[in-house]
Amino acid sequence: MTALDIEGVSHTYRRKALDGVNLTIGRGEFVVLLGLNGAGKTTLFSLIAGLLNLQAGALRVLGHRLPQERGKALAHCGFVFQQPALDLDLTVSETLRYHAALHGLSRRDANRRIDEELTRGGLLDRKRDLVRTLSGGQRRRIEIARSLLHPVQLLLLDEPTVGLDVPSRKAILDRARALCREDGATVLWATHLLDEVADGDRAVVIHEGRIIDDGPAGHADGPLSRRFARLVGLEAAA
Amino acid sequence: MSRLWTRCFAGIVEREFLRFLRQRSRFFASLVRPLVWLIIFATGFRAVLGLSRIPPYQTYVLYEEYIVPGLVGLILLFNGMQTALSMVFDREMGSMKVLLVSPLPRWYLLACRLLAGVIVALPQVYAFLACAWLWGIRPPVAGYLFVAPAVLLAGLMLGAFGLLISSMVEQLENFAGVMNFVIFPMFFASTALYPLWRLNDADPTLATVAWLNPFSHAVELIRFAFYGQLEPTSLAVTGLSGLVFMALAAWRYDSGRILRRQLAAGA
Repeated sequence: MTALDIEGVSHTYRRKALDGVNLTIGRGEFVVLLGLNGAGKTTLFSLIAGLLNLQAGALRVLGHRLPQERGKALAHCGFVFQQPALDLDLTVSETLRYHAALHGLSRRDANRRIDEELTRGGLLDRKRDLVRTLSGGQRRRIEIARSLLHPVQLLLLDEPTVGLDVPSRKAILDRARALCREDGATVLWATHLLDEVADGDRAVVIHEGRIIDDGPAGHADGPLSRRFARLVGLEAAA
Repeated sequence: MSRLWTRCFAGIVEREFLRFLRQRSRFFASLVRPLVWLIIFATGFRAVLGLSRIPPYQTYVLYEEYIVPGLVGLILLFNGMQTALSMVFDREMGSMKVLLVSPLPRWYLLACRLLAGVIVALPQVYAFLACAWLWGIRPPVAGYLFVAPAVLLAGLMLGAFGLLISSMVEQLENFAGVMNFVIFPMFFASTALYPLWRLNDADPTLATVAWLNPFSHAVELIRFAFYGQLEPTSLAVTGLSGLVFMALAAWRYDSGRILRRQLAAGA
């Protein structure tokens, strides 16, 4: 069974943001969705999350059709949004407990999972601190911990490393890869940073709302990388 | 499944309470606002504004006593708008997405948020009533108990109205307009400050507007409840208005309109 099945999905705001996107992702895959700003990555994520209504095409998440089976689909999905989404006036544990409650975890299970995820993220000692006292990288790690509190089979991360320093970026990327490798979760990682694509990763390049490449990334100067680099070059030239 | 729903509800209430506790100025503002009306405005108007004996009052009452249910309504009205403001803030800050990707239905998430807002308003209402008691406004003791369900229903209606407003306000900056065009007209064109017969004497059109204003019915529901009475028309109008506002808000939140503009900006 596939984790994500997207067929002919289009979406228009005032202009077309997605144009006939087809994408299938198998269970346990680590897929990088590579695209420039405004390429359609966030729109695609928002459709998968059910934050936008489907205008055209069909979408299946973990075998459940959207929007009809939205609840079943979202029950096993974790999201890290491009825009940080944390309550600055709550402590780390209060923020995480809120999310756990939204996914129906009992207080005991929530506390256990919070401790586990914070330990994994190296932030257990900040559990009682207000979120506003954390650095940008720590806040991002909290968001990742939050997205994994409930049983997650599909994790979607929308440019999770934007604005972070190199060690923080590496830590977050390593965590996502480990989740895929060790827990068998499917990860869709959206980025515009070519250096976040590793050899052998499946990279899907999206440009102006269309999927223009899909395949193993290969080495840094492989055809896929060269094509994306050309896009970046064109963008820079423009 | 029901556990999931109750845990979700408990989590949303806990978050609202924690946010409320961390914003102490919000509590004091909610208390000072009606007290200014009671202590300054109502005292000044006592000599000017005579009130005849009208239900639910058994005898002539001081203007301060008349105005208290309206001021309870004012607390709930501001609380409803606070719910709206907080929803718009959450949308701008991104926290709204965290709520909307919960596997539970959107209408239920909104209902939880609404109820949480009203639960947070209850201590504010009773703190004001305690201050009013110290000021000499002392309705029957049982009234403090009877008024709770009326406050809850009125709070739900005004909170649902706030949710609907939040679905229509695009940006946080536009919220000043809500104060001018929603809160003030709703409060002043109601029976909160003057009884309907007084408004009718002054201007029949204004009296009609006040009678059509759901806020008037919320205030009357609270007023009658203070004296252990149920006003059926007010109950029906408050309940039905609340349902209509909630249905419209749920429809707008479910139709993907809420985040559309924000997401379109980044696309």
